[in-house]
Amino acid sequence: MTREEIINTGELVYKKPELLNETPMHYCPGCPHGTVHKLVAEVIDDMGMRDKTIAVSPVGCSVFAYRYIDVDWEEAAHGRAPALASAIKRLWPDRLVFTYQGDGDLACIGTAETIHALNRKENITIIFINNAIYGMTGGQMAPTTLLGQKTVTCPYGREVALHGYPLKIADIAAILPGTCYVTRQTVHTVPAIRKAKAAIRKAFEYSLQGKGSNLVEIVSTCNSGWKMSPEKSFKWMEENMVPFYPLGDLKDTGKE
Amino acid sequence: MAEKEVSLIKGNEAIALAAIRCGCDGYFGYPITPQSEVLETLAAQKPWETTGMVVLQAESELASINMVYGGAGTGKRVMTSSSSPGISLMQEGMSYLAGAELPCVVFNCMRGGPGLGTIQPSQSDYFQTVKGGGHGDYRLITLAPSSVQEMADFVDLAFELAFRYRNPAMILSDGVIGQMMEKVVLPGFKPRRTEEQIMKECPWAATGRMGRTHPNIITSLELQSEVMEQNNLRIQAKYKECEEKEVRYEEYMCEDADWLIVAFGSAARIAKKTIQLARGEGIKVGLLLPITLWPFPTRQIEALGRKVKGILVLEFNAGQMIEDVKLAVGCSLPVEHYGRLGGIVPDPDEALEALKKMI
Amino acid sequence: MTNEIIISGFGGQGVLSMGKILAYSGLMEGKEVTWMPAYGPEQRGGTANCTVIVADEAIASPVISSYDVVIVLNQPSLDKFEPKVKKGGAIIYDSYGIINPPTRKDIRIYKIDAMDTAAELGMTKVFNMIVLGGLLKICPMVSIDSVLKGLRKTLPERHWDLIPKNEEAIRKGMEIIRPV
Repeated sequence: MTREEIINTGELVYKKPELLNETPMHYCPGCPHGTVHKLVAEVIDDMGMRDKTIAVSPVGCSVFAYRYIDVDWEEAAHGRAPALASAIKRLWPDRLVFTYQGDGDLACIGTAETIHALNRKENITIIFINNAIYGMTGGQMAPTTLLGQKTVTCPYGREVALHGYPLKIADIAAILPGTCYVTRQTVHTVPAIRKAKAAIRKAFEYSLQGKGSNLVEIVSTCNSGWKMSPEKSFKWMEENMVPFYPLGDLKDTGKE
Repeated sequence: MAEKEVSLIKGNEAIALAAIRCGCDGYFGYPITPQSEVLETLAAQKPWETTGMVVLQAESELASINMVYGGAGTGKRVMTSSSSPGISLMQEGMSYLAGAELPCVVFNCMRGGPGLGTIQPSQSDYFQTVKGGGHGDYRLITLAPSSVQEMADFVDLAFELAFRYRNPAMILSDGVIGQMMEKVVLPGFKPRRTEEQIMKECPWAATGRMGRTHPNIITSLELQSEVMEQNNLRIQAKYKECEEKEVRYEEYMCEDADWLIVAFGSAARIAKKTIQLARGEGIKVGLLLPITLWPFPTRQIEALGRKVKGILVLEFNAGQMIEDVKLAVGCSLPVEHYGRLGGIVPDPDEALEALKKMI
Repeated sequence: MTNEIIISGFGGQGVLSMGKILAYSGLMEGKEVTWMPAYGPEQRGGTANCTVIVADEAIASPVISSYDVVIVLNQPSLDKFEPKVKKGGAIIYDSYGIINPPTRKDIRIYKIDAMDTAAELGMTKVFNMIVLGGLLKICPMVSIDSVLKGLRKTLPERHWDLIPKNEEAIRKGMEIIRPV
């Protein structure tokens, strides 16, 4: 059976969003990036914003996000995506502007840009994929790596005396007066995916309505970096990541 | 025709006022002496209420240059300004801008280094500016104003060149021209381009698709070496064209000169006085003043080198531009350097002594 | 005709603004002018100076080696700039706080007790204009009218009521400057 024959059975109940193109993704099998990309693409189309979206990709695993979602993109230097987005939104106030960043990009090298863009009340959304590791460069310790978690640069487990504590960026974002909506979600079950999509939609809408900056953290996995199967990764995430990075809205001042 | 209004303003103020007048869409900067008047003037002028220009004080020079990248990627006329240490911080961003082939203007009001150095004037960022600065094979189109009038005039020129070649352009000045007040006629108002004009003039820009069949991607990344080499070759071809078409320079009293001074920016002003003093003593000396430091007036210096007995390169550094002058004239005649370091501006008498020593 | 002048004193004495007013006055007369400050934190209490050139022709360099007139308002400035007065040029100093007055024989030396006068007459805010008056008396490079026009150009309109006070200070300075 060809692909077209499968699609033409007349019993299509699910399809990928139109904005997600045919380019094969470079992400590892089991990586949640694909799911989040799909949600972002769906929300942009649901909102009818495909012509008016300018997105910013980071340095990290999702550096090539621009290859998969057919909106205009700028690829930023490591950590600087919120600076680009700030300027873009101020220069094009009616555009939907968001960044898509990982923990190394956003919570380490780009912490200053993240905090200041959020607190300047830039009307942008930051999609933050937190998988507690540097995936692209081969599994090094990230600012969000949990205590005891092993990576190639903390092979005996992260310990406070050597590496300090993991950083809870969303908690910091929530106390900034410039932020409107700060939430922490996952995409490892169908209900979770639905909630994450609603969160992205809410954040995008708030940013378009000029209500302030928005941070959607997706607590995520890296089965390659964690050296686990995708299934085990999700289990490990539920048991270890979620207790430390609790899910739900940390702040929502956008509600009328 | 109505007589144009003459103002008496600082070089840094001229940069800010010219930016508003030349249709600049956005300025992003961080305070640093001796150029803070640029952001201060813009903040006082409130152009967001008149021309609609965005002015934003960023959290760092890193953020400033990356805001410029963000704005430039959408086809807008955007700029930043800083002084030497801040410009060092921006080098990564400038490499990205050049790599992604984005037009923008960066103003560097140089001060003495290395390190935190001094806040006094210097020309010691010549190497950093014209020999790369950041990583990778790229160039900055570099304009060196030697008067407050040129500070005002070069903002629009820098934007024009930046957009013509889709490359960052640097206005390289220093604390002398930045801080001094001089007479200037500001350029007339040029309206900011509309969104439609931007999309027409910059079909590559990430403006949002707005009906375009394909998305526009701004990036300097290409993992395939064969493609990356082609990207580099395209950029190099552009640089070659720029070298052929955009060299700018000024000659001062060169017709009968036996000796030549080569100097740029504020050093060129001191050189002019030195030449007046020298000619008063019967020494026939002229000045070649490069206005573009890259592309460098190599051919013009080579031609003058055939007519004079020796060249003095006057620059406020330990000898940087002298390398390009030597490359231009080869070993055909003596080329000497005179300069002061650490923020000391040599006076015309000192320069005259150096000239006499060479003669 | 070219007048090359340096004004040097403590930050807060109005050295830089006096230079600016002089430069603006030159501008009002259609002359070429440059104003070049020694900038930076010196403005806050250390020594401050600015070079002002007023000329009929284009000015080559804003930075110069020697001066037609040097105005010094403290001892360190006097020590630094007395040697840089051109032969036959002039030095103007305020004797307040000066222990070692100028000694050169090949220049003209003027004393202006601007600090004391300003204190006596309650004119401390326009102290620098008293000094400017002294300068214009011995070197009338611009007219008082141009200075007042320049002030109108630089001062925000809400401060125009201070202009007569400035004029008074200039005239006082012209009156009290003395050759030594």
